[in-house]
Amino acid sequence: MQKYSVFSLIKNSLSGHKNWEVAWKDPTPKKEYEVIIIGGGGHGLATAYYLAKEHKITNIAIIEKGWIGGGNVGRNTTIVRSNFMYDANARFNEFGMNLWRNLSQELNFNVMFSPRGIINLAHSDAQMNAYARRGNSMRLNGIDAVLLNREEVKKIIPQADFSRDVRFPIFGGLMQPSAGTARHDGVAWGYARQADAMGVDIIQHCEVTGFDIQQGKITGVRTSKGNIKSKKVGLCVAGSTNILAEKLNITLPIETHVLQACVSEPIKPLLDGVVTFGAGHFYISQSDKGEMVMGGDLDGYNSYAQRGNLPTIQHVLTGGLAVFPFLSRLKMLRTWGGIMDMSMDGSPIIDKTHIKGLYLNCGWCYGGFKSTPVSGWTFAHTIAQDRVHELNSELSLNRFSTGHLLDEKGIGTKTWIG
Amino acid sequence: MLHIKCPYCGIRSQKEFAYGGDATVKRPKLNSDVSDKEWDDFVYMRKSPRGKHIELWHHISGCRQWFKAQRDTATHEIFKTAKINEEIK
Repeated sequence: MQKYSVFSLIKNSLSGHKNWEVAWKDPTPKKEYEVIIIGGGGHGLATAYYLAKEHKITNIAIIEKGWIGGGNVGRNTTIVRSNFMYDANARFNEFGMNLWRNLSQELNFNVMFSPRGIINLAHSDAQMNAYARRGNSMRLNGIDAVLLNREEVKKIIPQADFSRDVRFPIFGGLMQPSAGTARHDGVAWGYARQADAMGVDIIQHCEVTGFDIQQGKITGVRTSKGNIKSKKVGLCVAGSTNILAEKLNITLPIETHVLQACVSEPIKPLLDGVVTFGAGHFYISQSDKGEMVMGGDLDGYNSYAQRGNLPTIQHVLTGGLAVFPFLSRLKMLRTWGGIMDMSMDGSPIIDKTHIKGLYLNCGWCYGGFKSTPVSGWTFAHTIAQDRVHELNSELSLNRFSTGHLLDEKGIGTKTWIG
Repeated sequence: MLHIKCPYCGIRSQKEFAYGGDATVKRPKLNSDVSDKEWDDFVYMRKSPRGKHIELWHHISGCRQWFKAQRDTATHEIFKTAKINEEIK
Protein backbone atom coordinates (compact mmCIF):
# COMPACT_ATOMS: atom_id res chain seq x y z
CA MET A 1 0.00 0.00 0.00
CA GLN A 2 1.18 3.44 -0.90
CA LYS A 3 1.87 5.48 2.24
CA TYR A 4 0.31 8.94 2.36
CA SER A 5 2.83 11.61 3.36
CA VAL A 6 4.07 15.00 2.27
CA PHE A 7 6.68 13.20 0.13
CA SER A 8 4.10 11.09 -1.70
CA LEU A 9 2.06 14.26 -2.21
CA ILE A 10 5.03 16.08 -3.78
CA LYS A 11 5.96 13.04 -5.88
CA ASN A 12 2.44 12.65 -7.22
CA SER A 13 1.98 16.35 -7.84
CA LEU A 14 4.93 16.16 -10.26
CA SER A 15 3.03 13.61 -12.36
CA GLY A 16 -0.21 15.59 -12.27
CA HIS A 17 -1.80 13.35 -9.60
CA LYS A 18 -2.44 10.70 -12.26
CA ASN A 19 -0.51 7.85 -10.62
CA TRP A 20 -2.11 7.52 -7.18
CA GLU A 21 -3.00 3.92 -6.31
CA VAL A 22 -6.68 3.22 -5.83
CA ALA A 23 -7.49 3.37 -2.12
CA TRP A 24 -9.35 0.04 -2.25
CA LYS A 25 -9.95 -2.50 -4.99
CA ASP A 26 -13.20 -3.66 -6.53
CA PRO A 27 -12.97 -7.47 -6.29
CA THR A 28 -15.48 -10.08 -7.41
CA PRO A 29 -16.60 -12.20 -4.47
CA LYS A 30 -14.87 -15.51 -3.80
CA LYS A 31 -16.89 -18.70 -3.14
CA GLU A 32 -16.07 -18.73 0.56
CA TYR A 33 -14.68 -16.50 3.30
CA GLU A 34 -13.70 -17.07 6.89
CA VAL A 35 -15.84 -14.09 7.95
CA ILE A 36 -18.48 -12.09 6.09
CA ILE A 37 -19.38 -8.63 7.36
CA ILE A 38 -22.69 -7.34 6.03
CA GLY A 39 -22.67 -3.57 5.81
CA GLY A 40 -19.75 -1.45 4.56
CA GLY A 41 -20.43 1.52 6.81
CA GLY A 42 -18.05 2.81 9.43
CA HIS A 43 -18.76 0.00 11.87
CA GLY A 44 -18.47 -2.78 9.26
CA LEU A 45 -15.21 -1.39 7.89
CA ALA A 46 -13.79 -0.92 11.39
CA THR A 47 -14.81 -4.48 12.30
CA ALA A 48 -12.97 -5.89 9.28
CA TYR A 49 -9.95 -3.71 10.02
CA TYR A 50 -9.67 -4.87 13.66
CA LEU A 51 -10.34 -8.51 12.69
CA ALA A 52 -7.32 -8.28 10.39
CA LYS A 53 -5.12 -6.21 12.67
CA GLU A 54 -5.92 -7.60 16.15
CA HIS A 55 -7.01 -11.15 15.32
CA LYS A 56 -5.02 -11.87 12.13
CA ILE A 57 -8.14 -12.91 10.22
CA THR A 58 -7.83 -11.47 6.72
CA ASN A 59 -10.01 -13.80 4.65
CA ILE A 60 -12.96 -11.43 5.03
CA ALA A 61 -15.61 -10.03 2.73
CA ILE A 62 -17.48 -6.81 3.44
CA ILE A 63 -20.76 -6.86 1.54
CA GLU A 64 -22.29 -3.44 0.93
CA LYS A 65 -25.58 -2.84 -0.87
CA GLY A 66 -24.68 0.75 -1.75
CA TRP A 67 -21.22 2.29 -1.81
CA ILE A 68 -18.55 3.09 0.78
CA GLY A 69 -19.44 6.34 2.52
CA GLY A 70 -23.01 6.51 1.18
CA GLY A 71 -24.88 5.51 4.31
CA ASN A 72 -24.99 6.86 7.83
CA VAL A 73 -21.19 7.17 8.04
CA GLY A 74 -21.49 9.99 5.52
CA ARG A 75 -24.77 11.37 6.87
CA ASN A 76 -24.05 11.96 10.56
CA THR A 77 -22.99 15.25 12.13
CA THR A 78 -19.47 14.02 13.01
CA ILE A 79 -19.64 14.36 16.80
CA VAL A 80 -17.30 12.25 18.95
CA ARG A 81 -17.92 12.09 22.72
CA SER A 82 -18.11 9.78 25.73
CA ASN A 83 -20.29 11.82 28.13
CA PHE A 84 -22.36 8.88 29.34
CA MET A 85 -23.63 8.24 32.84
CA TYR A 86 -23.91 4.47 32.99
CA ASP A 87 -20.72 2.50 33.51
CA ALA A 88 -21.22 0.19 30.54
CA ASN A 89 -21.71 3.03 28.05
CA ALA A 90 -19.05 5.25 29.65
CA ARG A 91 -16.29 2.60 29.66
CA PHE A 92 -17.16 1.44 26.16
CA ASN A 93 -17.06 4.92 24.66
CA GLU A 94 -14.04 6.11 26.65
CA PHE A 95 -12.11 3.12 25.30
CA GLY A 96 -13.27 4.40 21.92
CA MET A 97 -11.98 7.91 22.67
CA ASN A 98 -8.51 6.46 23.10
CA LEU A 99 -8.80 4.79 19.70
CA TRP A 100 -9.94 8.11 18.19
CA ARG A 101 -6.95 10.00 19.58
CA ASN A 102 -4.49 7.89 17.58
CA LEU A 103 -6.69 7.06 14.59
CA SER A 104 -5.13 9.38 11.99
CA GLN A 105 -1.65 8.00 12.67
CA GLU A 106 -2.86 4.42 12.85
CA LEU A 107 -4.78 4.58 9.56
CA ASN A 108 -2.25 6.86 7.81
CA PHE A 109 -5.27 8.93 6.88
CA ASN A 110 -6.18 12.32 8.32
CA VAL A 111 -9.55 11.80 9.99
CA MET A 112 -9.29 15.36 11.34
CA PHE A 113 -10.20 14.35 14.89
CA SER A 114 -10.61 17.67 16.62
CA PRO A 115 -11.26 17.59 20.40
CA ARG A 116 -12.88 20.99 20.65
CA GLY A 117 -15.30 20.19 23.48
CA ILE A 118 -19.02 19.65 23.82
CA ILE A 119 -21.39 21.62 26.07
CA ASN A 120 -24.83 20.33 27.07
CA LEU A 121 -26.85 23.38 28.13
CA ALA A 122 -28.93 23.34 31.32
CA HIS A 123 -32.01 25.50 31.96
CA SER A 124 -33.08 24.82 35.54
CA ASP A 125 -31.63 24.01 38.95
CA ALA A 126 -32.95 20.46 38.58
CA GLN A 127 -31.12 20.03 35.28
CA MET A 128 -27.92 21.43 36.83
CA ASN A 129 -28.24 18.80 39.59
CA ALA A 130 -28.77 16.07 37.01
CA TYR A 131 -25.70 17.25 35.08
CA ALA A 132 -23.63 17.37 38.28
CA ARG A 133 -24.59 13.75 38.84
CA ARG A 134 -23.76 12.77 35.25
CA GLY A 135 -20.47 14.67 35.42
CA ASN A 136 -19.53 12.89 38.64
CA SER A 137 -20.35 9.52 37.09
CA MET A 138 -18.19 10.37 34.10
CA ARG A 139 -15.26 11.42 36.31
CA LEU A 140 -15.50 8.19 38.27
CA ASN A 141 -14.96 6.43 34.94
CA GLY A 142 -11.95 8.60 34.13
CA ILE A 143 -13.75 10.87 31.66
CA ASP A 144 -13.20 14.62 31.83
CA ALA A 145 -16.35 16.51 32.82
CA VAL A 146 -16.68 20.15 33.88
CA LEU A 147 -19.83 21.66 35.33
CA LEU A 148 -20.07 25.22 34.02
CA ASN A 149 -22.15 28.00 35.57
CA ARG A 150 -23.96 30.61 33.52
CA GLU A 151 -21.00 33.03 33.38
CA GLU A 152 -18.59 30.28 32.36
CA VAL A 153 -20.88 29.19 29.53
CA LYS A 154 -21.20 32.82 28.44
CA LYS A 155 -17.42 33.12 28.12
CA ILE A 156 -17.34 30.15 25.75
CA ILE A 157 -20.46 30.92 23.67
CA PRO A 158 -21.18 34.66 24.04
CA GLN A 159 -23.23 34.54 20.84
CA ALA A 160 -26.00 32.49 22.56
CA ASP A 161 -29.09 34.22 23.93
CA PHE A 162 -28.35 35.01 27.60
CA SER A 163 -31.32 37.30 28.18
CA ARG A 164 -33.50 36.53 31.21
CA ASP A 165 -36.93 36.64 29.58
CA VAL A 166 -36.50 33.60 27.32
CA ARG A 167 -38.44 30.36 27.70
CA PHE A 168 -35.28 28.37 28.54
CA PRO A 169 -32.74 30.69 30.21
CA ILE A 170 -29.21 29.27 30.30
CA PHE A 171 -28.37 28.25 33.88
CA GLY A 172 -25.10 26.55 32.97
CA GLY A 173 -23.96 23.38 31.30
CA LEU A 174 -21.97 20.20 31.41
CA MET A 175 -18.84 20.17 29.29
CA GLN A 176 -16.65 17.34 28.10
CA PRO A 177 -13.54 19.21 26.88
CA SER A 178 -12.02 16.13 25.23
CA ALA A 179 -15.07 15.51 23.01
CA GLY A 180 -15.13 16.94 19.52
CA THR A 181 -15.63 16.17 15.86
CA ALA A 182 -13.96 14.11 13.14
CA ARG A 183 -14.26 14.03 9.38
CA HIS A 184 -16.79 11.25 8.92
CA ASP A 185 -16.08 10.17 5.35
CA GLY A 186 -12.35 10.24 6.10
CA VAL A 187 -13.02 7.63 8.80
CA ALA A 188 -14.79 5.38 6.30
CA TRP A 189 -12.08 5.83 3.66
CA GLY A 190 -9.26 5.36 6.15
CA TYR A 191 -10.64 2.08 7.50
CA ALA A 192 -11.56 0.85 4.00
CA ARG A 193 -8.07 1.54 2.64
CA GLN A 194 -6.28 -0.22 5.50
CA ALA A 195 -8.68 -3.19 5.52
CA ASP A 196 -8.23 -3.58 1.76
CA ALA A 197 -4.45 -3.44 2.15
CA MET A 198 -4.57 -6.31 4.66
CA GLY A 199 -6.54 -8.48 2.22
CA VAL A 200 -10.18 -7.74 3.01
CA ASP A 201 -12.49 -7.87 -0.03
CA ILE A 202 -14.77 -4.82 -0.09
CA ILE A 203 -17.69 -5.78 -2.32
CA GLN A 204 -19.89 -2.82 -3.14
CA HIS A 205 -23.29 -2.75 -4.88
CA CYS A 206 -24.03 -6.23 -3.60
CA GLU A 207 -27.30 -6.82 -1.76
CA VAL A 208 -27.87 -9.63 0.72
CA THR A 209 -31.06 -11.42 -0.28
CA GLY A 210 -31.07 -14.32 2.17
CA PHE A 211 -29.18 -16.53 4.58
CA ASP A 212 -28.27 -20.23 4.56
CA ILE A 213 -28.76 -21.78 7.96
CA GLN A 214 -28.37 -25.50 8.69
CA GLN A 215 -29.09 -27.08 12.07
CA GLY A 216 -28.94 -23.76 13.84
CA LYS A 217 -25.62 -22.77 12.26
CA ILE A 218 -25.02 -20.16 9.61
CA THR A 219 -23.36 -21.54 6.48
CA GLY A 220 -23.47 -18.61 4.11
CA VAL A 221 -25.33 -15.68 2.62
CA ARG A 222 -27.20 -15.27 -0.64
CA THR A 223 -26.46 -12.07 -2.48
CA SER A 224 -27.23 -10.33 -5.74
CA LYS A 225 -23.75 -11.44 -6.85
CA GLY A 226 -24.31 -15.11 -5.98
CA ASN A 227 -24.12 -17.31 -2.91
CA ILE A 228 -21.11 -16.89 -0.63
CA LYS A 229 -20.19 -19.42 2.03
CA SER A 230 -18.98 -18.54 5.50
CA LYS A 231 -19.28 -20.00 8.98
CA LYS A 232 -19.19 -16.56 10.57
CA VAL A 233 -21.39 -13.65 9.53
CA GLY A 234 -21.58 -10.27 11.27
CA LEU A 235 -24.46 -7.85 10.75
CA CYS A 236 -23.48 -4.17 10.79
CA VAL A 237 -26.36 -2.66 8.88
CA ALA A 238 -27.77 0.03 11.21
CA GLY A 239 -31.07 1.24 9.72
CA SER A 240 -31.46 -1.92 7.62
CA THR A 241 -31.25 -4.25 10.64
CA ASN A 242 -34.98 -5.00 10.71
CA ILE A 243 -34.98 -5.83 6.99
CA LEU A 244 -32.30 -8.51 7.48
CA ALA A 245 -33.90 -9.67 10.74
CA GLU A 246 -37.07 -10.42 8.79
CA LYS A 247 -35.04 -12.56 6.34
CA LEU A 248 -33.57 -14.37 9.37
CA ASN A 249 -37.04 -14.78 10.87
CA ILE A 250 -36.04 -13.05 14.09
CA THR A 251 -37.62 -10.07 15.83
CA LEU A 252 -35.47 -7.46 17.56
CA PRO A 253 -36.03 -4.68 20.11
CA ILE A 254 -35.37 -2.17 17.32
CA GLU A 255 -37.50 0.29 15.39
CA THR A 256 -36.35 2.12 12.29
CA HIS A 257 -36.77 5.88 12.08
CA VAL A 258 -35.51 8.73 9.90
CA LEU A 259 -33.32 11.46 11.38
CA GLN A 260 -32.50 14.66 9.56
CA ALA A 261 -29.59 17.06 9.73
CA CYS A 262 -28.77 20.26 7.91
CA VAL A 263 -25.96 22.71 7.23
CA SER A 264 -25.99 26.44 6.63
CA GLU A 265 -23.90 28.35 4.13
CA PRO A 266 -20.26 28.57 5.25
CA ILE A 267 -19.33 31.56 7.39
CA LYS A 268 -16.20 32.72 9.23
CA PRO A 269 -15.26 30.90 12.46
CA LEU A 270 -17.92 31.62 15.07
CA LEU A 271 -18.41 28.52 17.18
CA ASP A 272 -15.43 26.39 18.16
CA GLY A 273 -17.14 23.51 19.95
CA VAL A 274 -20.31 21.47 19.91
CA VAL A 275 -23.35 22.83 21.78
CA THR A 276 -26.47 20.83 22.55
CA PHE A 277 -29.74 22.50 23.50
CA GLY A 278 -31.72 19.48 24.63
CA ALA A 279 -34.69 21.51 25.82
CA GLY A 280 -35.11 22.80 22.28
CA HIS A 281 -34.27 19.53 20.50
CA PHE A 282 -31.28 21.11 18.83
CA TYR A 283 -27.50 20.79 18.60
CA ILE A 284 -24.91 22.61 16.56
CA SER A 285 -21.25 22.74 15.64
CA GLN A 286 -19.26 24.52 12.94
CA SER A 287 -17.43 22.49 10.32
CA ASP A 288 -13.89 23.25 9.21
CA LYS A 289 -15.40 24.61 6.00
CA GLY A 290 -17.42 27.09 8.06
CA GLU A 291 -20.89 25.60 7.69
CA MET A 292 -23.06 25.49 10.81
CA VAL A 293 -23.90 21.77 11.17
CA MET A 294 -27.24 21.28 12.91
CA GLY A 295 -29.65 18.56 13.89
CA GLY A 296 -32.23 17.55 16.42
CA ASP A 297 -35.27 15.32 16.56
CA LEU A 298 -36.33 12.24 14.67
CA ASP A 299 -39.17 12.83 12.23
CA GLY A 300 -41.22 10.78 14.67
CA TYR A 301 -42.74 7.86 12.78
CA ASN A 302 -41.31 4.58 11.49
CA SER A 303 -39.45 5.28 8.27
CA TYR A 304 -36.96 3.78 5.85
CA ALA A 305 -36.86 6.92 3.69
CA GLN A 306 -33.37 8.39 3.62
CA ARG A 307 -34.97 11.79 3.52
CA GLY A 308 -37.23 13.66 5.89
CA ASN A 309 -40.08 16.09 6.05
CA LEU A 310 -40.07 19.89 6.37
CA PRO A 311 -42.02 20.21 9.67
CA THR A 312 -39.18 18.54 11.58
CA ILE A 313 -36.55 20.84 10.07
CA GLN A 314 -38.74 23.82 11.01
CA HIS A 315 -39.14 22.46 14.54
CA VAL A 316 -35.40 21.87 14.97
CA LEU A 317 -34.45 25.30 13.64
CA THR A 318 -37.08 27.01 15.79
CA GLY A 319 -35.21 25.57 18.77
CA GLY A 320 -31.93 26.66 17.17
CA LEU A 321 -33.09 30.26 16.78
CA ALA A 322 -34.16 30.33 20.42
CA VAL A 323 -30.63 29.66 21.64
CA PHE A 324 -28.62 31.21 18.77
CA PRO A 325 -30.65 34.10 17.29
CA PHE A 326 -27.88 34.90 14.75
CA LEU A 327 -28.92 31.79 12.81
CA SER A 328 -31.91 33.69 11.42
CA ARG A 329 -29.56 35.55 9.09
CA LEU A 330 -28.00 32.43 7.55
CA LYS A 331 -29.14 30.61 4.44
CA MET A 332 -29.66 26.86 4.55
CA LEU A 333 -27.26 25.04 2.26
CA ARG A 334 -28.78 21.57 2.39
CA THR A 335 -30.74 19.10 4.48
CA TRP A 336 -30.64 15.31 4.38
CA GLY A 337 -31.81 12.25 6.28
CA GLY A 338 -30.52 8.86 7.37
CA ILE A 339 -32.30 5.86 8.84
CA MET A 340 -31.65 4.96 12.46
CA ASP A 341 -31.81 1.61 14.22
CA MET A 342 -33.54 2.87 17.37
CA SER A 343 -33.13 0.41 20.22
CA MET A 344 -35.72 0.26 22.98
CA ASP A 345 -33.39 1.66 25.66
CA GLY A 346 -31.27 3.98 23.53
CA SER A 347 -28.11 1.87 23.85
CA PRO A 348 -26.53 -0.40 21.23
CA ILE A 349 -26.43 -4.20 20.95
CA ILE A 350 -23.17 -6.03 20.14
CA ASP A 351 -23.72 -9.70 20.78
CA LYS A 352 -23.93 -13.27 19.56
CA THR A 353 -27.34 -14.62 18.51
CA HIS A 354 -29.11 -17.94 18.96
CA ILE A 355 -27.92 -18.85 15.44
CA LYS A 356 -24.35 -20.16 15.73
CA GLY A 357 -21.92 -18.03 13.76
CA LEU A 358 -24.30 -15.09 13.39
CA TYR A 359 -23.28 -11.92 15.22
CA LEU A 360 -25.28 -8.77 15.72
CA ASN A 361 -24.15 -5.14 15.84
CA CYS A 362 -27.11 -2.74 15.90
CA GLY A 363 -29.26 -0.38 17.96
CA TRP A 364 -27.02 2.66 17.53
CA CYS A 365 -29.94 5.08 17.54
CA TYR A 366 -28.57 8.44 16.41
CA GLY A 367 -25.19 8.05 18.09
CA GLY A 368 -23.31 5.47 16.04
CA PHE A 369 -20.56 7.61 14.55
CA LYS A 370 -18.69 8.36 17.79
CA SER A 371 -18.53 4.64 18.56
CA THR A 372 -17.19 3.58 15.14
CA PRO A 373 -13.71 2.53 16.34
CA VAL A 374 -14.77 0.84 19.59
CA SER A 375 -17.76 -0.83 17.94
CA GLY A 376 -15.46 -2.35 15.31
CA TRP A 377 -12.89 -3.28 17.95
CA THR A 378 -15.34 -5.10 20.24
CA PHE A 379 -17.35 -6.64 17.40
CA ALA A 380 -14.13 -8.01 15.86
CA HIS A 381 -13.30 -9.58 19.23
CA THR A 382 -16.81 -11.03 19.56
CA ILE A 383 -16.62 -12.60 16.08
CA ALA A 384 -13.00 -13.83 16.27
CA GLN A 385 -13.26 -15.32 19.77
CA ASP A 386 -16.93 -16.32 19.51
CA ARG A 387 -17.51 -14.58 22.85
CA VAL A 388 -18.23 -11.01 23.88
CA HIS A 389 -15.47 -8.79 25.25
CA GLU A 390 -15.85 -7.31 28.74
CA LEU A 391 -16.45 -3.90 27.11
CA ASN A 392 -19.58 -5.06 25.26
CA SER A 393 -20.75 -7.68 27.75
CA GLU A 394 -23.59 -5.43 28.92
CA LEU A 395 -24.58 -4.42 25.38
CA SER A 396 -26.39 -7.72 25.16
CA LEU A 397 -29.44 -8.74 23.20
CA ASN A 398 -31.13 -10.38 26.17
CA ARG A 399 -30.86 -7.36 28.49
CA PHE A 400 -34.41 -6.39 27.54
CA SER A 401 -35.95 -9.67 28.70
CA THR A 402 -33.79 -9.80 31.84
CA GLY A 403 -34.44 -6.16 32.76
CA HIS A 404 -30.80 -4.98 32.61
CA LEU A 405 -31.61 -1.97 30.46
CA LEU A 406 -29.12 0.81 29.69
CA ASP A 407 -31.61 3.64 29.41
CA GLU A 408 -29.40 6.77 29.67
CA LYS A 409 -32.30 9.14 29.16
CA GLY A 410 -34.99 7.17 30.97
CA ILE A 411 -37.45 7.56 28.12
CA GLY A 412 -38.69 4.00 27.78
CA THR A 413 -39.79 2.26 24.65
CA LYS A 414 -41.29 5.14 22.67
CA THR A 415 -38.24 5.28 20.44
CA TRP A 416 -39.61 8.08 18.28
CA ILE A 417 -39.81 10.47 21.24
CA GLY A 418 -36.16 10.05 22.22
CA MET B 1 -45.68 17.58 5.19
CA LEU B 2 -47.88 14.52 5.63
CA HIS B 3 -51.60 14.95 5.18
CA ILE B 4 -53.43 12.54 7.44
CA LYS B 5 -57.11 11.71 7.23
CA CYS B 6 -58.54 11.57 10.74
CA PRO B 7 -61.54 9.19 10.60
CA TYR B 8 -63.53 11.77 12.58
CA CYS B 9 -62.35 15.14 11.21
CA GLY B 10 -61.06 14.47 7.68
CA ILE B 11 -57.76 15.47 6.14
CA ARG B 12 -55.53 17.61 8.35
CA SER B 13 -51.84 18.53 8.39
CA GLN B 14 -49.29 16.34 10.14
CA LYS B 15 -48.67 19.05 12.73
CA GLU B 16 -52.03 18.27 14.41
CA PHE B 17 -51.09 14.66 15.10
CA ALA B 18 -48.89 12.66 17.45
CA TYR B 19 -47.52 9.24 16.56
CA GLY B 20 -48.36 6.16 18.65
CA GLY B 21 -46.29 3.34 17.14
CA ASP B 22 -47.07 -0.15 15.84
CA ALA B 23 -50.81 -0.83 16.09
CA THR B 24 -50.46 -4.60 15.66
CA VAL B 25 -48.75 -5.13 19.03
CA LYS B 26 -51.21 -6.84 21.38
CA ARG B 27 -50.99 -6.52 25.14
CA PRO B 28 -51.29 -9.93 26.85
CA LYS B 29 -54.74 -10.47 28.37
CA LEU B 30 -55.29 -9.15 31.87
CA ASN B 31 -55.55 -11.67 34.72
CA SER B 32 -53.95 -14.46 32.69
CA ASP B 33 -50.62 -16.20 33.13
CA VAL B 34 -48.11 -14.29 31.06
CA SER B 35 -44.69 -15.77 30.33
CA ASP B 36 -41.59 -13.59 30.38
CA LYS B 37 -41.26 -14.11 26.64
CA GLU B 38 -44.82 -12.93 25.93
CA TRP B 39 -44.24 -9.82 28.03
CA ASP B 40 -40.86 -9.21 26.40
CA ASP B 41 -42.44 -9.51 22.95
CA PHE B 42 -45.19 -7.06 23.88
CA VAL B 43 -42.97 -4.43 25.47
CA TYR B 44 -39.82 -4.51 23.34
CA MET B 45 -39.98 -6.58 20.17
CA ARG B 46 -41.01 -4.83 16.94
CA LYS B 47 -41.10 -5.97 13.32
CA SER B 48 -40.66 -2.42 11.99
CA PRO B 49 -41.23 -3.49 8.37
CA ARG B 50 -40.05 -1.65 5.27
CA GLY B 51 -43.29 -1.11 3.38
CA LYS B 52 -46.85 -1.27 4.68
CA HIS B 53 -47.10 -0.57 8.41
CA ILE B 54 -50.25 -0.38 10.51
CA GLU B 55 -49.76 2.21 13.21
CA LEU B 56 -51.50 4.37 15.80
CA TRP B 57 -51.92 8.12 15.48
CA HIS B 58 -53.45 10.57 17.92
CA HIS B 59 -55.30 13.65 16.67
CA ILE B 60 -53.92 15.51 19.65
CA SER B 61 -54.47 19.05 18.38
CA GLY B 62 -57.90 18.20 17.01
CA CYS B 63 -60.58 15.80 18.23
CA ARG B 64 -58.06 14.00 20.50
CA GLN B 65 -59.14 10.59 19.21
CA TRP B 66 -56.72 7.73 18.65
CA PHE B 67 -57.01 5.92 15.32
CA LYS B 68 -55.15 3.52 13.03
CA ALA B 69 -53.36 4.25 9.77
CA GLN B 70 -51.78 2.05 7.15
CA ARG B 71 -48.72 3.83 5.80
CA ASP B 72 -45.72 2.89 3.65
CA THR B 73 -42.53 3.35 5.70
CA ALA B 74 -40.39 3.76 2.57
CA THR B 75 -42.53 6.27 0.62
CA HIS B 76 -44.63 7.70 3.51
CA GLU B 77 -47.78 7.16 1.41
CA ILE B 78 -50.86 6.73 3.63
CA PHE B 79 -53.24 4.13 2.19
CA LYS B 80 -56.03 3.96 4.77
CA THR B 81 -57.05 5.24 8.15
CA ALA B 82 -59.64 3.62 10.42
CA LYS B 83 -61.25 4.02 13.81
CA ILE B 84 -59.50 2.23 16.63
CA ASN B 85 -62.00 -0.65 16.78
CA GLU B 86 -61.94 -1.23 13.03
CA GLU B 87 -59.58 -3.63 11.28
CA ILE B 88 -57.23 -2.63 8.47
CA LYS B 89 -56.42 -5.52 6.16
